Amino acid sequence: MSILIDSDTRVICQGFTGKQGTFHSEQAIAYGTRMVGGVTPGKGGQTHLDLPVFDTVADAVEQTGAEATMIYVPAPFCADAILEAADAGIRVIVCITEHIPVQDMLRVKAVLDHTDSYLIGPNCPGIITSGECKIGIMPGAIHRKGRVGIISRSGTLTYEAVHQTTQNGLGQTTCIGIGGDPIQGMNFIDCLELFEQDPETEGVVMVGEIGGNAEEQAAEFIQNHLSKPVVSYIAGVTAPAGKRMGHAGAIIAGGKGTASDKFAALQAAGVTTVDSPSKIGAAMAALLS
Amino acid sequence: MNLHEHQSKQLFRQFNIPVPQGGAAFSPQQAIELARELGGGRWIVKAQVHAGGRGKAGGVKIVEGEAELGQVVNAYLGSRLVTHQTDDQGLPISRVLVESLSDIGREIYLGALIDRSTRRIVFMASAEGGMDIEEVAATSPEKILKVHIDPIAGLQPYQTRKIAFGLGLSGKQVKQLAAIMQGLYRIFTSHDVSLIEINPLIVTTDGDLLALDAKLGIDDNALYRQPDLMAMRDTTQENALELEADEHGLNYVALDGSIGCMVNGAGLAMATMDEIKLHGGNPANFLDVGGGTTAEKVAEAFKLILSDDKVRAILVNIFGGIVRCDLIADGIIRAVREVGVSIPVVVRLEGTNVDQGKALLEASDVKIIAADDLADGARKAVEAIRGAA
Repeated sequence: MSILIDSDTRVICQGFTGKQGTFHSEQAIAYGTRMVGGVTPGKGGQTHLDLPVFDTVADAVEQTGAEATMIYVPAPFCADAILEAADAGIRVIVCITEHIPVQDMLRVKAVLDHTDSYLIGPNCPGIITSGECKIGIMPGAIHRKGRVGIISRSGTLTYEAVHQTTQNGLGQTTCIGIGGDPIQGMNFIDCLELFEQDPETEGVVMVGEIGGNAEEQAAEFIQNHLSKPVVSYIAGVTAPAGKRMGHAGAIIAGGKGTASDKFAALQAAGVTTVDSPSKIGAAMAALLS
Repeated sequence: MNLHEHQSKQLFRQFNIPVPQGGAAFSPQQAIELARELGGGRWIVKAQVHAGGRGKAGGVKIVEGEAELGQVVNAYLGSRLVTHQTDDQGLPISRVLVESLSDIGREIYLGALIDRSTRRIVFMASAEGGMDIEEVAATSPEKILKVHIDPIAGLQPYQTRKIAFGLGLSGKQVKQLAAIMQGLYRIFTSHDVSLIEINPLIVTTDGDLLALDAKLGIDDNALYRQPDLMAMRDTTQENALELEADEHGLNYVALDGSIGCMVNGAGLAMATMDEIKLHGGNPANFLDVGGGTTAEKVAEAFKLILSDDKVRAILVNIFGGIVRCDLIADGIIRAVREVGVSIPVVVRLEGTNVDQGKALLEASDVKIIAADDLADGARKAVEAIRGAA
């Protein structure tokens, strides 16, 4: 078991024949992901990486039974790509692209609220179920099948958590990068809910950062609904207020969204917090021993 | 990206939002000509900088007669304005706004932004106009009226009425506020606005609404489709080092400490700063070199870090995902040679091809302190500075 994707999940790539789409599709195939084709409008009927190319997502779904998509199209075209995937009935939509206008995401979210699709991202490393299915730009080699679920707003900090839980033998079930944008698809709570239901996930690592109040909301959810131990780290204790720290969503605005507020909310909810990402693996090991 | 007040008001006029008569001037002469067109003997001069708190900082003056107008404008232009929202260097004044005076009856706050948790554009209004809305939100949040806009339905008339009656407006003012809010909403959605504020929106002594101030922030990610706004960009209001970083595809934020950081990934870059602090040091900057890092980018990042003369040690922290550690190591070695780094450089590499990367660093003749993990790297960087002191 795992959440959202596994070795049976049929995956397509939107922006399949482009440079990014090609590279990361190759990596996904090498990892063992069940890639069944891709979409590039105007190139339908061609073959790429020994897989069929379709003009539309609907065609790809009809002919391959695809349930998940990874989107590698430039930012101006992402809202369209996400909505096309949702309209075609794709269950798991993963959008890696950074720099999507926030008002595009407002409209996308308003539409997705009325569908059954899960959106992961944008501006994220993607999702991976260790040893089974990789949809994203994360390095597959650091992952090991195991017991911990990981949710993170940051790409490379996810890799830190993965690396440590691989090194100490815990391993991971599924890792989700929910992305660094202010308006994103799945949030911490959506992922925590799924991890709670997954029998193989014994503990959850949650990596947050400054900006917004998603961590505070997650803290409340954890207190009321989560039976599994959670280890959390929040980046940005030293971040100055009013400055955007790389991610569009990483900004302390009007005194709200500080790391210390988030740490406090999580601690009050009984979450084990660590003051350094170097300590994530050890803290989880201690909780699961 | 932020707009100047005079640019925001220009947009307001296009959308029929009432603003005082006036315009921008880049010289005392221009200001005087403008004042003559406006008529009357008294005007208000407002320094145009991308920061709030101008009034308290002496950036807004009422002048009487052309002579005083010329003197005030002359003194503003070329100087820098320090407000509670700027750093202690302040921001350069290269233009002023000259306007006719308005008769203020009462002051209101009206603004809109994107609310992350509800994923809606939210309008906020408060009868406490002229005050810092963040202060009102902190001390008496019940005084802030809010309406959330469904992106598909748009702003509805009942929502503008709710705000109008909530503010105690009556008669023609209710309709005026409705028109102003609809105008703001149209600007918001058609110009990829992230923040729009009128503070204060005044009721004149004649009972009419008038936008005395105007503040607009634009979503940087959408500038590609807003060429008119892009043309209004004033880079003199932005941090020079951050601008330069931006040109090289680097995310850089200057800080006050002495340990320069070079990291891939925004989250890891913040974590690296935090870790330095945890070990008793202070980070000199936030710097995310991005996912697709190249040797050239690494070299540019080194130059950028070293252009800050407070920096006394550099901590490089790379978790190679798609980017290979051996490539990064090669980039570091070349950069250290090319740029001529004379301060300690601590390097932590992890991820794809990490062993080859470490081997390259060891075999090279450049002096680099190797670190095992993030904590070790931060510790060694802090120690390196203490050792040198």
